[in-house]
Amino acid sequence: MSELATNLRVVWALGMRSIRQTFRRPQLMAPIVVFPTILLAIQTGGAGGAVNLPGFPPVQSFLQFMLAGAMMQSLMLAGNSGGIALAVDIEMGFTDRLFAAPISRYTIVLGRLAGTAALGLFAALWFLAIGLVFGAHIEGGVPGALLAIALVTATAMAVGGIGAAIALRTGSASVVQGLFPLVLVVLFLSSAFFPVELMIEPAQTIAEYNPLSFVVEGVREPIISGINASDTADALLAIAGIVVLGLVLSARALRHRLRVG
Amino acid sequence: MAASTAIAVEGLERAFDEVLAVQGIDLEVGEGEIYGFLGPNGAGKTTTVRMLTTLLLPTGGRATVAGHDVVGEARSVRASIGVALQEAALDPLMTGRELIRLQATLQGLPGAEGRRRADDLLERVDLVAAADRRVGTYSGGMQRRLDLAAALVHEPRVLFLDEPTTGLDPVSRKTIWEEVRALNDEGTTVFLTTQYLEEADQLADNVGIIDSGRIVAEGTPASLKTEIGHPHIRLQIEEGSIAEAEEICGRIGPLLPPVDGRTVLVEVEHGAADIPRVVRALDEASIAVGSLELVRPSLDDVFVAKTGYHLEHEGEESGEDEEAVTA
Repeated sequence: MSELATNLRVVWALGMRSIRQTFRRPQLMAPIVVFPTILLAIQTGGAGGAVNLPGFPPVQSFLQFMLAGAMMQSLMLAGNSGGIALAVDIEMGFTDRLFAAPISRYTIVLGRLAGTAALGLFAALWFLAIGLVFGAHIEGGVPGALLAIALVTATAMAVGGIGAAIALRTGSASVVQGLFPLVLVVLFLSSAFFPVELMIEPAQTIAEYNPLSFVVEGVREPIISGINASDTADALLAIAGIVVLGLVLSARALRHRLRVG
Repeated sequence: MAASTAIAVEGLERAFDEVLAVQGIDLEVGEGEIYGFLGPNGAGKTTTVRMLTTLLLPTGGRATVAGHDVVGEARSVRASIGVALQEAALDPLMTGRELIRLQATLQGLPGAEGRRRADDLLERVDLVAAADRRVGTYSGGMQRRLDLAAALVHEPRVLFLDEPTTGLDPVSRKTIWEEVRALNDEGTTVFLTTQYLEEADQLADNVGIIDSGRIVAEGTPASLKTEIGHPHIRLQIEEGSIAEAEEICGRIGPLLPPVDGRTVLVEVEHGAADIPRVVRALDEASIAVGSLELVRPSLDDVFVAKTGYHLEHEGEESGEDEEAVTA
């Protein structure tokens, strides 16, 4: 078997383990599905009138607007949970089992990211299903839905890279878990839950430049109005930036971990 | 280096900031040998194993495992070794079968072969009935057996076992010993770290004693004991002054470091022939002896002679990993 084929099998096997681990550990699953779903229900139920504010983008319903935000919250927390799971692996010595195997050590990180991407895919399907069940239209149709799913999946993987880097650098699940509030700050300082145009300063400026806002708009446009090439390109660029950042940080953290043992 | 050398280490060092955890050790392990690496917690055993298994970069010296340099040819080393580290590193959420199959994939075994090996190994370590249960439900002994099975999935030439029986009950410990002997009979070289003297005595062809990052003695258990020389008498003092008893015994032979407040250990040149002399002297001083035992040199004596203290275990029954080193 070629080295590439072996590495791909390892990424697949580690990705499957990561998914099983998430579904078997409720505390990892809750932030990915339960919390964003509850928040979505509370926000759409309690703040649905926001769509009538002057300057709010034209949408069919507040639920339709909020779907992208719920997916973002879910994938961000999936990335954080992936980081926690990797840190737990380091703490209990499981990563030693992987580091002592004759495989490229980057496949260990890629396997974890594959699992996080699968959870992103799950989150996208879950919230699109919720939207459809409760009457939200996907204006971009099937291509729009597929685009939203692809962007959410890719973003989950990208964000997971940063979670993995922090886990590798610190080796501490509690440190990665401590980033949970920061994830929410980053989300609230983006267009995930509210249009940038209606924010006040300095939140508005921060949200305008927050890479997550570009991803949110890339996911939201196919849902609320249809596929927009410019928004899609901006989203892909933002995801690429997060991927590069995650990969660089992960590579450095991996080298550090092997140096300190 | 001989062609039959499985592990060769020259001047291996590892520093953590200002602390030199391993201080330039040299050792050689032949193919098909069981090498017992004996020492207390913090002596440098695990750090050495982590360097030899490519999990930690040395800061000095060099080492080869299965003929490959641990730094320059790390991937080849990893393909040749099986590793079961201290405190079985198992995912409690996986099943035993999932874990061994994952290990087979990590070792590059094709799917069908990996599944077959997993089935064979689960049978070998008597875990077939528990194979589809989550590892978190396994006992300590079952987890160690699973860890051992996972380390064997690719039939490694050299097997590293880092304190494989620490915290296990005597029955589980014996089971692991039998498995280690069986593996060795099949030709596998075993590098075994332990803090149990009996384990090293029972299993190892050669023993290295490490203390404060340095190897202080090396050889076969028999040669090390012979090197120590004389047997000693162990006296449990029931009544009378322990200080006086020590003073009297000290006139007969050199005293060894005490193990507790009521025991005197005195080295004797002529073995059993010296017992009447010791008893008479203590009796004349009205010191009552509760028990007396002639002890032939053991690895513990070797340890005492080389380090100046006893290697003892605490929390063995409770499964804890702690030990006390008494000066």
